[in-house]
Amino acid sequence: MHIVTFTRSTPDTTAKVEVNGKGEVTWGDAATVVNPWDEYSLEEAIVQAKNVGGKATVIAIGTEMHNEALKHSLAMGLDAAVRVWSDGLDVTDSLHWATAAAAAVNKVGDVGLVIFGKESVDTGTDQHIYQTARKLGWTMLSYVAKILELDAANKTIKVEKVLEGGKQVLTAKLPAVISVMKGINEPRYPSFIGIRKASKAEIPVWSLSDLGVTLPAASTQLVGYSNLPVQEVVTEIIDGATPQEKAEKLVEKLLEAKVL
Amino acid sequence: MSRVIVFVENFDGHVNPTSWEALGLGSTLAQQWGVPVTAVVFGKNATALAEDAAQYGADHVVVCEDETLATYRLEPYAALLAKLVSEHAPKLVLGVGTNIGRELFATAAADVGGGIITEASEVSVDGDTLTATRPAFSGKVLMKMSVSAPNAFLLIRARAFKPNSKDASRKAEVTTVSPVMAEADISTKVESFTPETSKVNLSDAGIIVSAGRGIANNPATPPAGVADATIWKAQHGFETVVQPLADVLGAAVGASRAAVDAGYISYDHQVGQTGKSVNPDLYIAAGISGAIQHQAGMRNSKVIVAINKDGDAPIFKMARYGIVGDLYEVLPALTEALKKKLGK
Repeated sequence: MHIVTFTRSTPDTTAKVEVNGKGEVTWGDAATVVNPWDEYSLEEAIVQAKNVGGKATVIAIGTEMHNEALKHSLAMGLDAAVRVWSDGLDVTDSLHWATAAAAAVNKVGDVGLVIFGKESVDTGTDQHIYQTARKLGWTMLSYVAKILELDAANKTIKVEKVLEGGKQVLTAKLPAVISVMKGINEPRYPSFIGIRKASKAEIPVWSLSDLGVTLPAASTQLVGYSNLPVQEVVTEIIDGATPQEKAEKLVEKLLEAKVL
Repeated sequence: MSRVIVFVENFDGHVNPTSWEALGLGSTLAQQWGVPVTAVVFGKNATALAEDAAQYGADHVVVCEDETLATYRLEPYAALLAKLVSEHAPKLVLGVGTNIGRELFATAAADVGGGIITEASEVSVDGDTLTATRPAFSGKVLMKMSVSAPNAFLLIRARAFKPNSKDASRKAEVTTVSPVMAEADISTKVESFTPETSKVNLSDAGIIVSAGRGIANNPATPPAGVADATIWKAQHGFETVVQPLADVLGAAVGASRAAVDAGYISYDHQVGQTGKSVNPDLYIAAGISGAIQHQAGMRNSKVIVAINKDGDAPIFKMARYGIVGDLYEVLPALTEALKKKLGK
């Protein structure tokens, strides 16, 4: 059984991200890293592939900038990496993305489980995950905090899933798509040898025609990016002789501001 | 007839109150379009909840209380929602971006080929085109997306839109429908369910009290035999100074990534880039320096209060009010002052 996971390169979490005069999103000379949520899905793919004695492949959909994330994944220990790209693919449209992703999973072949990180920080979305499952026609298990059992022979999976109201333990049939939460594992750091090997790796690119996919018109349109409105915050430092005095003054201020 | 469909989220017979915010926006947009609002409620107690939906603005309510929908599962819920959407070709399907809402809407949208926009905090309508503003790059910038009717799917952020005030005289026509999937065709089985223990949910909290690394500077002495004194001090601090303040305020307890990663509190309390994004009226940050990743998750709070020993901490730059001091002195004093003032 083969396991597939998806990743992408996103600006370093400490980077200052801004929209420039041309309306493009920029992050200065900050590096890109793997989408922070994907650290957990990459680790889980390595662990689960080992458990079932299969291979783990990582896929990114997008331009060359995503090779960085794929190389990091290979350095962590993923068995193979593929990038999917063709001009005209609108990665901000989740149905476009999911249609390409599902076709790529089918091309890998013999896939029993697809693992995603909880969401992508660049687009700030997770709908592409659920739509990939739907395009594949597979069971979707989201917000997985723990894989309790993955049985390749009987083709079943048992997971603990987080909902607003509590935790569900669910069983489902494979093949399935899951999205995993932070805390499901401790992601490993790439080894020195891993990094050296990954730096030399040639990453194949699959085009939409390689995947035999014709995309429908995008169902959503990106109108544009903008910077956050400047928040004019005047900070008032509350003084007082004792913590009690400061606290009482603060309570008065909060009552005036009508937030209590 | 064209309409706006609003999904009212119901878990085990309890409605998620942010659903009424979606119904509020739904009735505003429906008015602009001159179409009615249909609320859909699935699961336990759905028929009883239909009355509430009417009072919050629904003109019609579609309910399904079938046993297969008793506890939330994606497959049967999505199949039924997609079927209702195909039958009615609504201008818009509207809900709140909870864990359930996100996967349900994306799945149903894929089934009917509709476009979906999530996390909307502002919405405008021009003819059949709807444009929404939403966060991107961890909330460091905004993006505008547009989607066209029919079958447009939209999820709003909790607390971004106001519900209608409840009108006890409003009634709606209720229709009961049958599920699409039989139990035998549903791959997912629920083995068990453990309800959430924390009292207030971060995503829809009006007030949040958060603590960071500073919570480890607890003057209390750990009992003998404690494996890790720092972790004990931090956890003890959450229990003895953060939680009591949260209790007085009816607030949810949050934490910085530093506090979560150090093992001081569980991950479901984390606010920030790899935690929850929140927008309360009041956010009290105690012992949190205010790293850019934390700011990404809480900068939409209406009023921010910073409490930190270090007067140069970046958190003060975004705070409306600041107290420079030890959180172990300030938080208990604040709890007492509030008890006095609020008469608790």
